[in-house]
Amino acid sequence: MIREYTTTVEISGPLMLVGSVEGVSYEELVEIELPNGEIRHGKVLEIDSSMALVQLFEGSSGTDISRSKVRFLGKQVELGVSVEMLGRVFDGQGRPRAPFDTAPPIVPEKMVNINGAPINPYARDYPAEFIQTGFSSIDGINTLVRGQKLPIFSGSGLPHSIVAAQIARQARVRGSEENFAVVFAAMGITFEEADYFIRDFRSTGAMDRAVVFMNLADDPAIERISTPRMALTAAEYLAYEKDMHILVIMTDMTNYCDALREIAAARKEVPGRRGYPGYLYTDLASIYERAGRIKGRKGSITQIPILTMPEDDKTHPIPDLTGYITEGQLILSRELHKKDIYPPMDVMESLSRLKDKGIGEGKTRGDHADLFNQLMAAYSAGKDSRELAVILGAAALSPLDQKYLKFAEEYEKRYISQGNHENRNIEETLDLGWELLKLLPREEMKRIDPKRLEQYWPANGSKKTEGS
Amino acid sequence: MIKGTIDKIAGPLVVADGMKDARMYDLVYVSDYALIGEIIELKGARASIQVYEETGGLKPGDPVTATGEPLSVELGPGLLTAIYDGIQRSLDKIREEAGDWITRGITIRGLDHEKEWNFKPVATESMEVSGGEILGEVPETEVIVHKVMVPPGVKGEITWVVDEGMYNIDTVIAKVKETSGETRELCMYHNWPVRKPRPVAEKIAPEEPLLTGQRVIDAFFPLGKGGTACVPGPFGSGKTVIQHQLAKWADAEIVVYIGCGERGNEMTDVLQEFPELEDPKSGKPLILRTVLVANTSNMPVAAREASVYTGITIGEYFRDMGYSVALMADSTSRWAEAMREMSGRLEEMPGEEGYPAYLGTRIAEFYERAGNVKCIGGDRNGALTVVGAVSPAGGDLSDPVVQATLRVVKVFWSLDAKLAYSRHFPAIGWLDSYSLYTENLKEYYNRELGDEWVLMMKEAMALLQREANLQEIARLVGAESLSSEDQLILYTARSLREDFLHQNAFHDIDTYTSITKQKIMMEVIMHTNGEMEKALHAGVSPRELFTLPLREEINRMRYIHEDDISDISAIKEHVTMQINGLIEKEQTA
Repeated sequence: MIREYTTTVEISGPLMLVGSVEGVSYEELVEIELPNGEIRHGKVLEIDSSMALVQLFEGSSGTDISRSKVRFLGKQVELGVSVEMLGRVFDGQGRPRAPFDTAPPIVPEKMVNINGAPINPYARDYPAEFIQTGFSSIDGINTLVRGQKLPIFSGSGLPHSIVAAQIARQARVRGSEENFAVVFAAMGITFEEADYFIRDFRSTGAMDRAVVFMNLADDPAIERISTPRMALTAAEYLAYEKDMHILVIMTDMTNYCDALREIAAARKEVPGRRGYPGYLYTDLASIYERAGRIKGRKGSITQIPILTMPEDDKTHPIPDLTGYITEGQLILSRELHKKDIYPPMDVMESLSRLKDKGIGEGKTRGDHADLFNQLMAAYSAGKDSRELAVILGAAALSPLDQKYLKFAEEYEKRYISQGNHENRNIEETLDLGWELLKLLPREEMKRIDPKRLEQYWPANGSKKTEGS
Repeated sequence: MIKGTIDKIAGPLVVADGMKDARMYDLVYVSDYALIGEIIELKGARASIQVYEETGGLKPGDPVTATGEPLSVELGPGLLTAIYDGIQRSLDKIREEAGDWITRGITIRGLDHEKEWNFKPVATESMEVSGGEILGEVPETEVIVHKVMVPPGVKGEITWVVDEGMYNIDTVIAKVKETSGETRELCMYHNWPVRKPRPVAEKIAPEEPLLTGQRVIDAFFPLGKGGTACVPGPFGSGKTVIQHQLAKWADAEIVVYIGCGERGNEMTDVLQEFPELEDPKSGKPLILRTVLVANTSNMPVAAREASVYTGITIGEYFRDMGYSVALMADSTSRWAEAMREMSGRLEEMPGEEGYPAYLGTRIAEFYERAGNVKCIGGDRNGALTVVGAVSPAGGDLSDPVVQATLRVVKVFWSLDAKLAYSRHFPAIGWLDSYSLYTENLKEYYNRELGDEWVLMMKEAMALLQREANLQEIARLVGAESLSSEDQLILYTARSLREDFLHQNAFHDIDTYTSITKQKIMMEVIMHTNGEMEKALHAGVSPRELFTLPLREEINRMRYIHEDDISDISAIKEHVTMQINGLIEKEQTA
């Protein structure tokens, strides 16, 4: 039963208040027919016995109070899914997106509510399969595993898109040629950025294994709220019903949060920090927590959300709340970027919480954990020496500090930095780590198990590194 | 039963009409899906209800039924090893019923009512009993004997007790003739409203430390059994790892772990790891003493608010049996945010940062449920220790939740982002953290470890504090230009940091250090400090001293197995030998 009303009483921002409604349910999908015949969509945000508050996905311009017809469709926002989605580009509401995609709409296998349902923690399987991204700074230090959600915290002007595209291109689980696909959700990014991704996907053949949902900067802002949910619904279908391993890249989460703030402001809600609604954490969690693996199902969803930190401020509510939900973060550093280091990965502040389960014997290599700890400690000491050198001058440093200083320089130049098309395997990354550590005296290797140290760096034959 | 109808829906808040006789905090069923909710505001016949499940698809006019009972949990055999959501629905049962995703309107009772337990009566007929008295025992898991108690509030004479045997929890196992003359039939479980603290006979100040095997905690900032602690820190500073370490190694008999609005994968980690990890004391899997409450961040927000109460009520119940219970809540900030969200939807006047004005009161009430107590109904003591993680916005400790928590807790483990970045874990900053239990616990430590322990810790702490001051100077003039005494302070403080405070949670041996081993490790470091001081007086140059190979040996102490503790003591002699070698060389030169 479709119920049509012309009883709109108020339009304000992206919200429309419709009076004398009956039998309308919370979160129901709404269709609005403008006087000129144009159809807009929305959903019910709040409902009481006579009034329904409707959020318009495409904005309210051109709507009017007396002639716009409001139809309640008796269902929630849904996405039609099918394997035909692979290779296609959709808009924020799941329709083919011109000019990237001019083919007719897909024939859905079924319709799925885009809000999804929380995965029962009891049904989850712990992410433990190492994903090789080909970046030493990720694989060696902040290892990504299947089913993880690991965001990239970036800033305006930093090469996060290039990093993300390279990850999408190179990411593989070693020793398996399993079904792999990328789901890409663009929220409020520019045409150029979107075009970069699409062209990169097309030129490397990745497009055939990709589903793209695109809401560009000039598309309706409110549509951004459903874009990531559409993308994740597609990802869940492909992962859990079609046994595929899905990498979901979502960019830019900051635009998503701003859209959320716009609605909260229009509803005159009590604002939380920086005007974002108090439920921002819960809302973001409903997106990020859709990553994971499920016991007894083959597929998996790994998420790499990208967000630009306003003023590079990590304590801004968006990166802050994201960091509390995701399993770590990869932070891009402006300082390294200025030094022309690509990827400008701030390995100190970056973190992958799930790496411990994804590394070691049988996954990467037995020495990985110790090596990682030692590299981090050494780089940290090296950075301290660098600070000291600024104050005292490099010549005044103790011999040990000078060695650390040298280590830090080499580490950034050779370990972190790599080419845009350079795909290092994990052995190369680990061996490079050992090579760099040998710039330091052997007795400084305190984080490495003695047996392990003996295996990769035998005590005899390196006696000359004494004298700190 | 009071029946009303939905009038308004806004997210997890539903307003119902026709609820005139309903009471505050009554449990209600909303719509034909029978979604569970709780009344949080009454205005005339209108009741505001926080709904513990998704409200999408509800309509005005849908029915609402109030049960007349407050939100309660079932307490009885079967709690241990369970994993519950925020309102005590067993997640494994939900999975059996609904599949891999949590759908709506699932009603599952907290305990298994079919399973039979071996009940062995302790109480006898014609015994005068009151609330808390032990009626009988059930071996719930291999390590824990569940004590079936008279529910608080019941008082009278036992007229009948069942014989030992296998019964399910619905079977009547005793009858009590109450003073009013009425006969109460008791079974192995009873219900208890989650928002009401369970009664105790008397509260006592904590006297024993909750040993955790974590060196920085046990040695410097100990937590008393029955005490409260909070761990605030920005993300990535290792709050969750600390909480997990405590849940694994704390010497409590029962552990209640509340995952409140946190990551799903973290709960999975606990679920997969605990059945495999062994308790260092009993040698049995840790899961046998654990109750998990998991309300992950994507599960309904209102149930998150309830989850901390569900968890602490279960904790109190085991405390009443006379056990030492440790409760970890990760993270209380999510609980506070859930409160804020509901408060916002109720259009209450906000306090600081949008949090409701009653935030501080709620937090204080929650932590006050911890304690070292004399239990009701018999001569036994129990303890409930509460450790809450706080996730302040932007890592800023002026956050209202942190401040409200610090006003009530006695131990503060301050997580330092700088330590975390240099991968010094646990990242508990030694300069800002504190424990107000050190005085209470002094007697225990003097008895167990000898008088020198407390003195040694004070000395070590003083060194660390002087290091912080010296470092600033060293940064300006270079460490080499400091006096040799000051250089030694820097040396020893570094050794304290790297060889004692730093602890690798993922190393088989280093993950847990007994207090005896901690003492010996500390002795080695302080002994080295003393010997070096002597050497400096004798004219040995700091550079020679600090490059002695003993450094490496001291660094390896942590990896020495608990059974080979004598190997650590032996290091002391090696140290003396090496340093004396230098002194002799200096004197002969």
